[in-house]
Amino acid sequence: MSIELHGIVKRFGSFVAVDHIDLHIETGELLALLGPSGSGKTSLLRMIAGLEAPDEGSVSFQGKDATDTHARDRQVGFVFQHYALFGHMTIFENIAFGLRVRPRKDRLSERAIADKVNSLLLLVQLDWLADRYPHQLSGGQRQRVALARALAVEPRVLLLDEPFGALDARVRQELRRWLRRLHDEVHVTSVFVTHDQEEALEVADRVVVMNHGRIEQIGAPADVYDHPATPFVFEFLGHVNRLPSASAETADTYARPHDINVERTPAPASLAARFVHGSAIGPVARLEFALEPSAQTINVELPRERFRELALREGEVAYLTPTRLHRFSPA
Amino acid sequence: MDPATPGCADVTAPSVPNPPPRPLGTDEPRFVRWLLIAIALGFLTLFLFVPLLFVFFEALKKGIGVYLAAITDPDAVDAIKLTLLTALISVPLNLVFGVAAAWSIAKFNFRGKNVLTTLIDLPFSVSPVIAGLIFVLLFGLQGWFGPWLREHDVKIIFAVPGIVLATVFVTFPFVARELIPLMQAQGTEQEEAATVLGANGWQTFWRITLPNIKWGLLYGVILCNARAMGEFGAVSVVSGHIRGSTNTLPLQAEILYNEYQFSAAFAVASLLALLALVTLALKLVVERNTHSRQSSLEQVP
Repeated sequence: MSIELHGIVKRFGSFVAVDHIDLHIETGELLALLGPSGSGKTSLLRMIAGLEAPDEGSVSFQGKDATDTHARDRQVGFVFQHYALFGHMTIFENIAFGLRVRPRKDRLSERAIADKVNSLLLLVQLDWLADRYPHQLSGGQRQRVALARALAVEPRVLLLDEPFGALDARVRQELRRWLRRLHDEVHVTSVFVTHDQEEALEVADRVVVMNHGRIEQIGAPADVYDHPATPFVFEFLGHVNRLPSASAETADTYARPHDINVERTPAPASLAARFVHGSAIGPVARLEFALEPSAQTINVELPRERFRELALREGEVAYLTPTRLHRFSPA
Repeated sequence: MDPATPGCADVTAPSVPNPPPRPLGTDEPRFVRWLLIAIALGFLTLFLFVPLLFVFFEALKKGIGVYLAAITDPDAVDAIKLTLLTALISVPLNLVFGVAAAWSIAKFNFRGKNVLTTLIDLPFSVSPVIAGLIFVLLFGLQGWFGPWLREHDVKIIFAVPGIVLATVFVTFPFVARELIPLMQAQGTEQEEAATVLGANGWQTFWRITLPNIKWGLLYGVILCNARAMGEFGAVSVVSGHIRGSTNTLPLQAEILYNEYQFSAAFAVASLLALLALVTLALKLVVERNTHSRQSSLEQVP
């Protein structure tokens, strides 16, 4: 089901959390809302769910206005950052909750509920934990229970708030691949909020980069990474060097660390820089230079072999040539 | 709890017995520790154990027969009945009020929230005698509503309604005070989750909120009940001490004492002391449950 957001504004006191946002979310897509904390992404997600009411603007599902629809009637699945599992219920009962609270006439039989819960437990690969309580589970398992619980009511939209935020790095990696596969299987329109650009770029079909309550850029992961629309997006989506501009009129230029060549001899348009430090752990060597004469730090990433070939000594001057430059016209 | 959180016992108790335990830099000298413990225990003995024993000793001094006669005396039985009735009315009232107040303070934001929080504490900060006087000034013959009440032949002061009113007033913070921090700590995420899953307000309350607060609620009810049965000051002002009619157990004990019927007075008092002991035991059970529940909650990262 598609979601349409029109001119959404949300204020908390004098703080504007969401500032006139328009967004169209396609049926069946997996969309990431990416931004630093305080960028308004969670507020936006909660307004889609109906947990927060916008001060201005409208939310519609499949073209039908839902701005005033109560959260319980929106048929959305919401996965909370800290899962919000019901501590006094077993995993089975947690997942069955949404089915049990239906009005009697729409309620499934006890048998049908059990079948449904069991199939969901299989889907999230936790069928052996049905009788446990949430506090007996690991973080990753709780996350999957929260997902199964949200999916049990067959939501038209699945909303996830920082779904991997509270997990350690390895589980996080595993779970996000799993979420991607699950989405390809279930195909429900999904929106997730994250502050981790790697997560957004790896999992989502489209990424919405937010800052200060506004949308900076919308696009496919490769798109926003390779063609950032604003300096903010460029800096937020990975490491970046700001290079000195040739004159006061021209805008600043930016280059990613892996888009810089290092040579021992000067070339046209190359920048002289003193080699400060380098570390070669893994396939990529990370080098730190200090530009001459400003001493501004420039980070460079080279293949390990190239770094060995150069055999730079600390304090030595080398020449840097950006292979890809990004220039933003001043706003 | 997590096995990775050792108690301080692991630090002070050396695993090798040979070298004597080195004193920690933060430890007080031994005599200071003993002195503090002695002060605490001495205080408890003097002000708690001795009076408690004395109550039972005095009550039973003239034999079990006199004791039983004292507590089965018609006036004493009436006092017991009135005390139970008062508790039976005021505890459920304060249960509903406490849950409603705690719910609104912990889960909603509204104007005057701080004022409400402060007002809930009012009965704790007002002397019970003043609390009783408020009701006399409101409903007494010379009070605001006095003439109207007399015209309609409604008796509040020097009657059971006054005693119930005064007790409700004095005991209303207990449940709310117990629940507010608990509900604030729990936040609203689980309720939000239930709502998004399609539960209505009633279902959310019975299936999510109530199970989460039940031990705190029980604890508040126990304290509320103990105070409702034991309240003296406020009830004394509004009761008028009419034997067999407006005397609660604490008032009955006082009357008997003033009439030099010491054994009977202490027999009645021993009932209240027993109530205190039962309350203490219940409190321990509930506390144990609250703790195990909280530690299981704490495991959520």
